Amino acid sequence: MENNRFELNAQLAQMLKGGVIMDVTNPEQAKIAEEAGAVAVMALERVPADIRANGGVARMSDPEMIAQIQATVSIPVMAKARIGHFVEAQILEALKIDYIDESEVLTPADDENHIDKSKFKVPFVCGARNLGEAARRIAEGAAMIRTKGEAGTGDVVEAVRHMRQMNSDIRILCGLDEAEVMPFCKNNGIPYHIAQQVRKLGRLPVVNFAAGGIATPAGDPAKRARAIVKATAYYNDPVKVMEASKGIGEPMVGIGISTMKEEDKIAKRGW
Amino acid sequence: MTTRNKIGILDLQGGVHEHAFHLQSLGIEPVRVKVAEQLDDLAGLILPGGESTCLIRLLNIFEITPKLKAAHADGMKIWGTCAGAILIANRIEGDQPQLGLMDITVARNAFGYQIDSFNTIVNIPKVSKKDMELTFIRAPKIRAVGKGVDALLHIDDYIAAAESEKCLATVFHPELTPSLAFHKYFVEKCGITITSELTEIPERTSWMQFARIANPTK
Repeated sequence: MENNRFELNAQLAQMLKGGVIMDVTNPEQAKIAEEAGAVAVMALERVPADIRANGGVARMSDPEMIAQIQATVSIPVMAKARIGHFVEAQILEALKIDYIDESEVLTPADDENHIDKSKFKVPFVCGARNLGEAARRIAEGAAMIRTKGEAGTGDVVEAVRHMRQMNSDIRILCGLDEAEVMPFCKNNGIPYHIAQQVRKLGRLPVVNFAAGGIATPAGDPAKRARAIVKATAYYNDPVKVMEASKGIGEPMVGIGISTMKEEDKIAKRGW
Repeated sequence: MTTRNKIGILDLQGGVHEHAFHLQSLGIEPVRVKVAEQLDDLAGLILPGGESTCLIRLLNIFEITPKLKAAHADGMKIWGTCAGAILIANRIEGDQPQLGLMDITVARNAFGYQIDSFNTIVNIPKVSKKDMELTFIRAPKIRAVGKGVDALLHIDDYIAAAESEKCLATVFHPELTPSLAFHKYFVEKCGITITSELTEIPERTSWMQFARIANPTK
């Protein structure tokens, strides 16, 4: 039944739909996230805002820290490997992590290739800014996509831009004549077989989560975490979103994307 | 007094769309339950797979729990799949019970990690004459059933499906495989007649149906 592994992995993401995945750096934070109603936690040594502030090379987290978080919560635990760093991915697989995030938030280890994710049994999630990038990652074996946004800024504009781009690309692809599909694939770097799946389904063939500048570190993390979970579950009910937004305190100051230097943008990593 | 003649799916988080698609294939238009008032005219409610800690939190903060229990007492049948089975269990190993509507003991996430998720093919005569493919994703196990609860399917050391007069519990995900047998079984348990003769979704409609099989060891 091993030939079903990809399907099983993509189906785990289906069970996470409509939920919130929270970044955590230790077991205490993981417990807060689980109690607030997170559907999964991302275990990492520093949250993206701190990676950005500290600079230097950002790597996979200490397996011991990840294992402590796995032992603390019953929800799925995800962890990040550097782009192209298949050895970090192997370590995370040996830990039996529930999802590996091949993430641009860490410093890329290979500036040409992403990890050949088809060699792994555990699922991968990868970042994407448009349909071409998402389709290439799916063809490499990613069982879930994450629109990138601009991590660690608290500015949501890039997350919006990437989601808008993705949806726009999908709508255009679905409206094309069959003869126009191949040139569209060529111009956008979309593997042809993935393009055909997208045309048939009218969406990505795997689940997407939106990331980057959406959630922020907070003075009262439990309160803010609960509010985010509530607002996500009732995203189309303004009264409930309004109630969730009351009195959750100051967000982080954040960094406006428009004032950022191009070379400081993390989302550009990955190709 | 309203008539209970509809099937609902709790729509807070998880595999809602997949259950809805199966029901629609049988000609049943489900109610997507987001608030307690929607429970009033339900003959049956599906608690989908998802994360049980997230689902129970949302049920409690939005005060759906008391109304759900009242509707159940008033005759609304409940089917819990995976996380849903955890929610309705009277006993959860190492944890407090949540809704406590069915006399079963469950162990949460009992197979281990995602790497231990699997498919298998079984035969459950009471539900379908045909063999069924079942999908287990970070599944719980039913360890024991109490009085008035029948085990529908034993596998190894655990029970994978169980039924009482008012509840159905499956630790696997019938909404992720083509067979419509479990959905038909539950709808009929709720006293609703199905006219469709469809037994399977004709085209395999898993979200991943066309995606690359990442590990092609056939």
